[in-house]
Amino acid sequence: MIRVVNLHKAFGQNKVLRGINLSLKSGEILVVIGQSGSGKSVLIKHMIGLLKPDKGEIYVDGVEITCLKDEDLHKITRRFGLLFQGTALFDSMTVAQNVSFGLERYTDFSKEKIQELVEENLDLVGLKGIGNLMPYELSGGMKKRVGLARAIAYRPDIILYDEPSTGIDPIRADAINDLIIRMKNELNVSTVIITHDIASAYKVADRIAMLYGGKIIEEGTPEEIEKSKNPVIQQFVRGRAKGPIENW
Amino acid sequence: MLIWNFSLLKPKMFQRVKSPHLYVYSFFQQVGEVGLLLFKTFKNLFRKPWEKKIFIQQLEEVGVRSLPVVSLTAAFGGLVFGLQTYIGFHRYIGPGSETFGGPIISLGLSKELIPILVGLMVSGRVGSAIAAEIGTMKITEQIDALFSLGADPIRYIVVPRTLACFVMLPCLTIYGDIIGIGGGFFYNVYLMGVNRVLYIRNTLLYIELWDLFSGIIKAAVFGVIIALIGCWQGLKTEGGAEGVGRATTQTVVIASITILIINFFLSKALPASL
Repeated sequence: MIRVVNLHKAFGQNKVLRGINLSLKSGEILVVIGQSGSGKSVLIKHMIGLLKPDKGEIYVDGVEITCLKDEDLHKITRRFGLLFQGTALFDSMTVAQNVSFGLERYTDFSKEKIQELVEENLDLVGLKGIGNLMPYELSGGMKKRVGLARAIAYRPDIILYDEPSTGIDPIRADAINDLIIRMKNELNVSTVIITHDIASAYKVADRIAMLYGGKIIEEGTPEEIEKSKNPVIQQFVRGRAKGPIENW
Repeated sequence: MLIWNFSLLKPKMFQRVKSPHLYVYSFFQQVGEVGLLLFKTFKNLFRKPWEKKIFIQQLEEVGVRSLPVVSLTAAFGGLVFGLQTYIGFHRYIGPGSETFGGPIISLGLSKELIPILVGLMVSGRVGSAIAAEIGTMKITEQIDALFSLGADPIRYIVVPRTLACFVMLPCLTIYGDIIGIGGGFFYNVYLMGVNRVLYIRNTLLYIELWDLFSGIIKAAVFGVIIALIGCWQGLKTEGGAEGVGRATTQTVVIASITILIINFFLSKALPASL
């Protein structure tokens, strides 16, 4: 479904991605783990066309998207939902307007149907009845869940989650994990998750990939990652301060 | 591809160069960025969906909310212009000639002073607000969110603001003309006792409709300049709150200077009368 080939990206002198090779199969949940600042968010922004690579290709169902014009790229990105790390809610709009934004652009539903779907999606993330509030009236965790409702509202084929459980209490975080699994099982949604939450990664992932030094150093099932002999992975998944990862 | 990521225009070889050439390069790069934004805006003007709701909001923001500041500047601009014209005629031509101040005031205000005052006031009030709003959206990833949700940022953000400024600046200028010319009339006729009938007759005799139109054309151009520079600075904002502050200041400075420069060339290019 998505294939990333030899992806390179630098910001000035800072080489963030140094040849990423990664693939996402249809209906699969791929979790990308790695240190803060290792380029995980940069990677998913490339997948949706928000950033242009210095070198490399990204294929979505066989279509190379890095060289597409904006209009053609929009046709592809319609299939994506993206939950931003910082939520990126539109602060001049109500919660309901935020959630309905994609529905109004991507579907031909009537206003009543859109209203109904907005309520349904807010209910899915445990926020029923807050449609009239403005984003500044919400807590950090609530904003995150509104961002999630916005990303899934129009039922995209591929959903990219940038740290979905950050800033959310453990019970809500687990509920979001269940929601991600449900989306996969019921709607065959393909999913890429960026996270530091190893417990969540083990619960939801079909495959886990570790990004370190601008490259994917290992990928495999949660069991394979758990049993990996790579000391970098062991240090990261065990959360140890001492080990081969010194640059923290 | 991503038109709001202007760094794509900058070749790597120039990113590290620190020499006088950089200033020349930087100037042309910025002109190129605004030119590119203008081109993209024009291209998206005719593409659906039109963001009618935002356009109407911007009409109110640019037009209705600028009325108080335009009223004050036009009124006092008209009064002071009336004052100096009265002194000029009274001192150099002689008592009784002040009635000819009417057409001079109307011409000067409608062709030059009011379009410029409106342009400068709106660039301070609206241009800075556009840059601050879009800059905040940029640093909080809202522009990226627009893109990911199928809204082209140029079509959604830049086009309605540019159109609203293009429409409202001429309207504000017409309004400012009325207030300013009224101010000149008030000073001469009611404060200095100039003959009202002769003042009005001379004004209507010598002023041409084209004088008003040329000011309106200038205002429309200034509107596009203000909106484009505000959007451009907003879209290239980086670095948090400090970056937003820099973008708003830059918008006011660049837009004001551009208006003053373009005004001269428009005055030269537009015919004195038809």
